[in-house]
Amino acid sequence: MPTFVYMTRCDGCGHCVDICPSDIMHIDETYRRAYNIEPNMCWECYSCVKACPQHAIDVRGYADFAPLGHSVRVHRDEEKGTIAWRIKFRNGTEKNFLSPITTKPWGTAIPKLADAPGPSKEMRDSQLLYNEPKWIRMDDGGLRTLEDAGLKLKKGVYY
Amino acid sequence: MAYKTIVEDGIDILVVGAGLGGTGAAWEARFWGQDKKIVIAEKANIDRSGAVAQGLYAINCYMGTRWGENNPEDHVRYARIDLMGLVREDLLFDMARHVDSTVHQFEEWGLPIMKDPKTGRYLREGRWQIMIHGESYKPIVAEAAKKSADKVFNRICVTHLLMDDSKPNRVAGAVGFNVRTGNYHVFKSKTVICGAGGASNIFKPRSVGEGSGRTWYAPWSSASAYGLMIDAGAKMTQMENRIVLARFKDGYGPVGAYFLHLKTYTQNCLGEEYESKWFPALQQMVGKEYLDPEASHLTHRPIPTCLRNHCIIQEVNAGRGPIHMVTMRAFQDPHLEEVGWENFLGMTVGQAVLWAATDVDPKNENPELTTSEPYVMGSHATGSGAWCSGPEDISPPEYFWGYNRMTTVEGLFGAGDAVGGTPHAFSSGSFTEGRLAAKAACKYIDDGKAEGIVVSDEQIRRRKAEVYKPLEHYKTYRNAIVAGDVNPHYINPKQGLDRLQKLMDEYCAGMTVNYMTNEKLLNIGLKKLKIMEEDLENLAAENIHELLRAWELKHRHRAAECVTQHTLFRKETRWPGYYYRGDAMKVDDENWHVLTVSRRDPQTGEYTMEKAPCYHLVADEE
Repeated sequence: MPTFVYMTRCDGCGHCVDICPSDIMHIDETYRRAYNIEPNMCWECYSCVKACPQHAIDVRGYADFAPLGHSVRVHRDEEKGTIAWRIKFRNGTEKNFLSPITTKPWGTAIPKLADAPGPSKEMRDSQLLYNEPKWIRMDDGGLRTLEDAGLKLKKGVYY
Repeated sequence: MAYKTIVEDGIDILVVGAGLGGTGAAWEARFWGQDKKIVIAEKANIDRSGAVAQGLYAINCYMGTRWGENNPEDHVRYARIDLMGLVREDLLFDMARHVDSTVHQFEEWGLPIMKDPKTGRYLREGRWQIMIHGESYKPIVAEAAKKSADKVFNRICVTHLLMDDSKPNRVAGAVGFNVRTGNYHVFKSKTVICGAGGASNIFKPRSVGEGSGRTWYAPWSSASAYGLMIDAGAKMTQMENRIVLARFKDGYGPVGAYFLHLKTYTQNCLGEEYESKWFPALQQMVGKEYLDPEASHLTHRPIPTCLRNHCIIQEVNAGRGPIHMVTMRAFQDPHLEEVGWENFLGMTVGQAVLWAATDVDPKNENPELTTSEPYVMGSHATGSGAWCSGPEDISPPEYFWGYNRMTTVEGLFGAGDAVGGTPHAFSSGSFTEGRLAAKAACKYIDDGKAEGIVVSDEQIRRRKAEVYKPLEHYKTYRNAIVAGDVNPHYINPKQGLDRLQKLMDEYCAGMTVNYMTNEKLLNIGLKKLKIMEEDLENLAAENIHELLRAWELKHRHRAAECVTQHTLFRKETRWPGYYYRGDAMKVDDENWHVLTVSRRDPQTGEYTMEKAPCYHLVADEE
């Protein structure tokens, strides 16, 4: 299965080639359009389906266990921050789902650590990571230690 | 050879493989090394790579200490019992004490985390799991990694780590090729953080055709974490501890939310509860310490994942399959029905495709479950990976050699599947391990440990010849035959993968033999793997894409060999339901309450096996 590409919709832009984690979406040299060169290495992850600006890529369930006559279509909208799914069963039943994919405009909420104030020597010598200890509990609590927990590590058979 | 050699020099921190572990490493490294050169080499595109490429519907490792829900040591105890006692408790404690800060950052970055409307806290799926709308989990963390890295090289298949020619056992970077241009890439680096993936597809899968892509773990998880590190001479641990998953049949859709949040449960084909009747005999095998249903009932102590698998396997073998997930009750609630479907759409779309194709509506029928083929990885309910140093303030002497998450190769660090003994890290824990490794790698450089590294041109040339050998081999012998793939001079990567999967299945406890093996079988398996290694020298790749598959196969083969060595070494059945040693069917705490550690000598190819002590968290006053 797995993914396949509609001849009349694909314009050969290559977004699917660029995103496929399995390197199986390639451009056919004769038709100048994309296709799945290795269906048995397709995870049905939908990365290419979501990335296709033409909605030219679809999925037909794995032939060794999925009968024909179904579809699971998706529209991912980064502007709106949503993903919409439509499932059609072989028997015609339809189900629709809509979920958020982010709560913030893309890329705006992630700081550039090159510009953050660098760590002090004291912090370097501690066990703390960036934004810690504050971000562990979001209060004044510190990083957990074995002493805090009243525990030690002991060799042997314990349960 | 027409392919160019492109050298990236002067790197301080090279991240090999940017899934959740690698993105965490790249992100955090910038804070501790603001003037350092941070470079990512990734096989695919970091926006959709690694195990989380298609998204996640839950974060399975979150303590909730801010609300007093759990402490790190609680998670250690949980992982310990789930893995039948054998974990690296120092590494687990360390990961757990930092993981919440990782998750809080994810929320800040825009990852939608569901909230409990009554308490305002993160919505719990289970004690450790929180629910998210994680379709864009990977693009979000990739964005963070891109903000920190100086350069991201997508589509580089890293084939080997480079080693220092001036000092033995010190890493010096990595080499690989670009799967688009074919060019040879050399990364000279003071440190390497290996964030590459665990292993799918080393055991014969249940599906036979197209569906063999519907592996539980991603088909692109090609054991490169292990292949790269074993070949560099790093010690590995718990490689025998492969995992078998009980999942929805064929689609391998996740069951966590179903069990924990939707409160669905399993029954046999007669509609009976079947687990408890297997417990008395199982308790004979593993001991009351590891299976105590009464204590589990009273204290919510989990029944180990492998033991629950065991009950499914036994029940099916007794002729009362299939095992069903009872969904019909929960799915009558429209909200829970929505959760059930969105759970698949968020992380295993293929299961939704399959149910649509087969008209399975879990509201009207109870879907089938099955046990999967085995997988080798280090961040789910299994802990295979490299033998790494722990943190200074926690680790006992046997577990500590200077730098957190550093392997036994100097300057080579791990995160995620690459680190052994740290099960139940999942996505958030893997990202956290990347952060820990990044801080330690910066310290390693600042301490002057990476001075004077020499990489000879000879090493770079030698690796280049090795990298392209399958292409050359194809060119040389292709015209010996008229057409087709049958050639007496070579095998192609698909043929090689079929052979690997068949022999691992039959000799190393795969699914067609009910996960059973013994010393005799394992020794035959090792012999066949050795011969296969010779044949891998005659691997042929018709094009650059096949060259990618060729190197994935070589990494899978090396991991498989290590798994077989470890399985042979541990003479007991520690994890019934994951695999069985027919010649030692019991848990043997007297001899095997230890962590197994291996090293393959890169020169001779010989394995040395040893037992490392298991340390446990115990009360101070004891």
